[in-house]
Amino acid sequence: MNFQRKFALLLPILALVAAGCGKGSTETASSPEASGSPAATGEKVKVVFIPKNTGNPYFTQVAKGFESSAASLGIDFNTQAPATGDATSQLEVIKNQVQGGANVIVISANSPDALNEALDQAKEKGVEVITVDSDLTGNESHRDAAVLPTDFSKIGPAQLELLAKTMNYEGEFAILSATTDAPNQNAWIEGMKTAMKNPTYAKMKLVEIVYGDDEPQKSSTEAEGLLTKHPNLRGILSPTSVGLAATAQVLENSGLYPGGPKATGRPGIVLTGLSTPNQMKKAVAKGVVASFQLWDPADMGTIAAYLGAKKMKVKPGDTFEIPGKGKFTVGEKNVIYAGSLLTFDKTNIDKYDF
Amino acid sequence: MKDRPIVPAVLLVIGTILASRLSPHFLDIHYLLDTSTLYAETGLMALAMTFVIISGNIDLSVGSNLVLTACLSAKLLAAGWGIPSVVVAACLMGTCFGAINGWLVAKLKLPSFLVTLGTMAIYRGIAQAMLGPASVKLPKAFTGLDQLLWFKIPVPFLIFLFATLVTGLILHRTVFGRWVFSIGTSERASTYSGLPVDRTKIIVFALSGLMCGIGALLIDSRLGVARHDLARGIELDVITVVVVGGAAITGGKGSTLGTVLALFLVMLVRTAMGVANVKAEYQLTVIGGLLILAVLAGNLGQLFNRRSAARR
Repeated sequence: MNFQRKFALLLPILALVAAGCGKGSTETASSPEASGSPAATGEKVKVVFIPKNTGNPYFTQVAKGFESSAASLGIDFNTQAPATGDATSQLEVIKNQVQGGANVIVISANSPDALNEALDQAKEKGVEVITVDSDLTGNESHRDAAVLPTDFSKIGPAQLELLAKTMNYEGEFAILSATTDAPNQNAWIEGMKTAMKNPTYAKMKLVEIVYGDDEPQKSSTEAEGLLTKHPNLRGILSPTSVGLAATAQVLENSGLYPGGPKATGRPGIVLTGLSTPNQMKKAVAKGVVASFQLWDPADMGTIAAYLGAKKMKVKPGDTFEIPGKGKFTVGEKNVIYAGSLLTFDKTNIDKYDF
Repeated sequence: MKDRPIVPAVLLVIGTILASRLSPHFLDIHYLLDTSTLYAETGLMALAMTFVIISGNIDLSVGSNLVLTACLSAKLLAAGWGIPSVVVAACLMGTCFGAINGWLVAKLKLPSFLVTLGTMAIYRGIAQAMLGPASVKLPKAFTGLDQLLWFKIPVPFLIFLFATLVTGLILHRTVFGRWVFSIGTSERASTYSGLPVDRTKIIVFALSGLMCGIGALLIDSRLGVARHDLARGIELDVITVVVVGGAAITGGKGSTLGTVLALFLVMLVRTAMGVANVKAEYQLTVIGGLLILAVLAGNLGQLFNRRSAARR
């Protein structure tokens, strides 16, 4: 019995010894420095993309932008998502990737400020930090550059206009967002609220904003809640692909969409938002969703990959050209906009495949 | 002393060897120590959770307590309180939130699972109501404790080691520790033997709260901001660590050494897979598998012990 107890104590010590030996052998086997240092001669630049969460097709599309250009740029690309969609679990990924020898960290931040310290530590070790899609608003000094989908200030008003047009500029509507602190979501919602002051929208009323946390189940529950809480609801706006897909399913099941089986004698509930064409093809074909908008997320991946591969230290006013993509200008606070919003509907959705 | 944490110890050795094969970047002592700062809060809370689980209870509110205390502490610092008084206040607040759980469990005879399921929602809810989507920045003087080294060891890790020593001695070398085991083995027998069952339970939950308070200070210092949505799901990590460490969820069994080894094991597995670019969803699967394996091994061990005892 006593032996077993000592054994239990001894094992971790043995492990540490084994660890020490392992280190010696691996150090001789692989020469590159642990982290940060720019790629040595002939060594590929290691670029890692850290999305907000796993299994989000939107970020898969961003990753495709990296993948399509990785070969021609000669970078070693890899995606590593956090286990849960919050900032604290992204911290761990950042630390792991710096240790794993990443030269460039491209991150879609889950919080505008909780990552500051970890990103600073990465930068101290020579790692270039680029944010994509979701920036560190108010904390821009903690990253080197940001690649954003499109001019954020125009998304809120553009989404509102699209919804307003489909609901004939009158009636109650609600918003189904991602998490309560997603910086871009909140910026867009603010943009919508500001645009609402325009007399064009005087007959429209925003009744509630709910948060589905970018989880399908929670989003569905929230969407169902909206339908029961607001009997006079005429429209739902979900500026997130997970939320829009979940809400479309809920609307389809309830039959309350315009022309749906339960929408007899009333105009039905219109739904729009932001999503990728592939996710919405069925809903558009069935008439549950008439139109929605998006940019191509892959563009951001392509631009970030280019910046990373060239180890570009950009400053406001710089311009650069990516072959086949066009010319880009670095704006204030090192922000680069990838493109503009596209509206997808029955007429054009089949032309896109992402 | 029948419960030797053989299982986590063996897994730790196997894990270390596998990890060093998985990525050449993994076995770097500076890196491992740096990573330990990410697990200091989990570790502290797991030390106290060991008491809670051995006593036959569970505390699901630890993550919410940590977040609420972290937000309140940040607010106090922002309001101009000095660092020493905020440190004391955080410990008191955490202890108090924990003691509320203990009181509800001991005096009102409510199941700890339900009580702490409730306070889990309440504590995080208060934090969210207080801050909304905003975050509170902490003063520069308060941040960066995780980067502070003492003999090359990060301070949060030292705090964890110190807490291990103290809680280990309390659990395994004091009368109070025996009471905790006794209540977890049979509450009725403990009551009839005249043990202060209610008081012990309240103290156990208060201890859990105290660790949340210390953890709150650590996470505030590490992140430099306090928000309502930090450390989401950390309570499940904490419980996983304690159970992998050999504690019986039904009470009466467990050890500080087992919890510490299990913490290192979980940290090692997660870190190694992270460095080796194993996808997050596979990481979750491995951790889940580890939990089942540990419980299974514990039960098999018990079965084996019973048989060999019968043979004797």
